[in-house]
Amino acid sequence: MAFDLSSASASANAEASELQRMIAVEQQKAQFQAQVNTFTDVCWDKCMDKPSSKLDSRTETCLASCVERFIDTTLTITNRFTHMAQKGGMH
Amino acid sequence: MDTGTIMEQVKVQIAVANAQELLQRMTDKCFKKCIGKPGGTLDNSEQKCIAMCMDRYMDAWNTVSRAYNSRLQRERARI
Repeated sequence: MAFDLSSASASANAEASELQRMIAVEQQKAQFQAQVNTFTDVCWDKCMDKPSSKLDSRTETCLASCVERFIDTTLTITNRFTHMAQKGGMH
Repeated sequence: MDTGTIMEQVKVQIAVANAQELLQRMTDKCFKKCIGKPGGTLDNSEQKCIAMCMDRYMDAWNTVSRAYNSRLQRERARI
């Protein structure tokens, strides 16, 4: 009986790669969830008044805008900081 | 251990961590909104407020999730 070592290790490699890929997908989903948790925390403070029996449309709009503006703020800070670091250097 | 079992465990662990994070923040917000001067027990109005607050927090979470998702899709469309 011939024992084909090369094909046994090739299929183990393929399974390991597939596992890595699947874990990367779950990590990306987890990152999304973590971001939603952060945004909800921040935007709740900005947008919610007294808790009521449902979210009115003004509050919904505020929450959606809050997410967009928070992301815009993050990008602005990142870009400007990069610029500052390149120009003056950090002391 | 086969791939399927490993992935199930990974998913469960991630889900548990997410739920813990969500509950922690929800508790913080709803305590701030609903409990004034802490008394000897949680009275009826405080209990009602907490329940309502939890529902609104979940609503807010869903709204934020949709907004974030559509922003991500818009950014991807630009690339």
